Amino acid sequence: MQIEIDEISKTFGVTAALTPVSLSIPSGALVALLGPSGSGKTTLLRILGGLEFATSGRVLFDGQDATGLTVQERRAGFVFQSYALFRHMTVFDNIAYGLNARPRAQRPPKAEIARRVTKLLDLIQLPDIGSRFPSQLSGGQRQRVALARALAIEPRMLLLDEPFGALDAKVRKELRQGLRDIHDTTGLTTVFVTHDQDEAMELADLVVVMSMGKIEQIGRPQDIRAKPASAFVKDFIGG
Amino acid sequence: MSDTPNIRFRPVTTEPALVQGLVISGVIAVLAVLLFAPLIAVFYEALSKGWFAAVASLADKESLAAIRLTLTVALVSVPLNAVFGVAAAWLITKYDFRGKAFLITLIDLPFSVSPVVAGLCIVLTFGANTVVGGWLVDAGYPIVFALPGIILASMFVTFPFVARELIPVMIEQGRAEEEAALTLGASGWRVFFTVTLPNIRWALLYGVLLCNARAMGEFGAVAVVSGKIRGQTATMPITIEMLYNEYLSVAAFTLAGVLALLAFVTLGLKTFLEIRHADALAATRRH
Repeated sequence: MQIEIDEISKTFGVTAALTPVSLSIPSGALVALLGPSGSGKTTLLRILGGLEFATSGRVLFDGQDATGLTVQERRAGFVFQSYALFRHMTVFDNIAYGLNARPRAQRPPKAEIARRVTKLLDLIQLPDIGSRFPSQLSGGQRQRVALARALAIEPRMLLLDEPFGALDAKVRKELRQGLRDIHDTTGLTTVFVTHDQDEAMELADLVVVMSMGKIEQIGRPQDIRAKPASAFVKDFIGG
Repeated sequence: MSDTPNIRFRPVTTEPALVQGLVISGVIAVLAVLLFAPLIAVFYEALSKGWFAAVASLADKESLAAIRLTLTVALVSVPLNAVFGVAAAWLITKYDFRGKAFLITLIDLPFSVSPVVAGLCIVLTFGANTVVGGWLVDAGYPIVFALPGIILASMFVTFPFVARELIPVMIEQGRAEEEAALTLGASGWRVFFTVTLPNIRWALLYGVLLCNARAMGEFGAVAVVSGKIRGQTATMPITIEMLYNEYLSVAAFTLAGVLALLAFVTLGLKTFLEIRHADALAATRRH
């Protein structure tokens, strides 16, 4: 799905989290929103997912105005920074949650739900953990379960908030490849937020460098590296 | 390591045995004076004329009415306060709005206001010579000196328990799980029943148990609004006081014993559930 961000701004009280920003994300792209904390990248991601509403501006999905769509109507697979797994449910029930939450008429039968959950557990290469609880998983496993849970609703896009932030360096490297693979298999338009320039440069097709609620530069990793558009970008990706 | 010098290490947070012993015996001494001795005295007095006299005093019409009234009050006010408490905690922890700090203060108000004052407020608002109260009396639904007033007073006094228990838990758990459920397509009610409620069920249970204990034991506020009509508006604590003032000590202490036993049931239930669900408790606390 193609995503168009048209002059989106967001203010919290008197502070501006986003000055009007515009961004066009081609269908099937893997995009990184890169910037230091306070740059507005998470706010932009949450606006896309419908968890936050823009003060002004529009969001278009495949050319259709999606600005007023509720969080449920957006059908965005969202992976939270701390994964936000339902702690009182097994991994299986976590992944099945979105399917079970559908209105009765659209809800797949139990056996079909089980089949899909099993398939997703295979996709994240953790076929045997369905009956465990989140507290019994490692950080990397939790992240993958969160990803599977988001994919279960057959989302129109995948939004990830610092998906590797809580992991140690070695696991982080492995899961980067995992996300790349899942993106390539599903072909979903994917947007992830990170403050780690290595991660953005290595993983994304398109990097959006943000600072103080503004977009500093949009480009392919090699272009940004070769021609930083501002002193900030040069400094940030150099560090 | 056979040549390790004979040094005894102890964890830095542990005190020497002497200090430990002193602290523990100090606590036990205080508990004995404040808790065990009075409890034993209650049961001793209740049974001083034998089991038969104790049971006979309970079978008295007024005592039975008092027990029934107290249970009714708890049965009505505790569920209502549970619902209000959850709603208040939900509001405070999941939303940002103007006047939030004021709302938190309001919830705590019953803790800082003397129950007698609370009872007086209800009399002054709903008494027979006020506009509202007079109208309700004419309509056949008196509030003061009747069951509704007693329930109102008990609810006022026990209002903070559930909310106070829930707010810290809900703040600690944050909004992320609810947000995740929303992005997965769940409606607000579904999020509440499948995510929020299971996550707060232990805190809610504690709140309800505390609320229940206090609702059954409340004296001051109820004394003012009830009018202490024997066999009609006298709850257990009030009946106990009246019996005691009339030197009917067996009856008074037996009823007090029953009230204490009701508290034990509450405590026992809490402990039972804690042991039974120790794993689930640990899982929800540490994530």
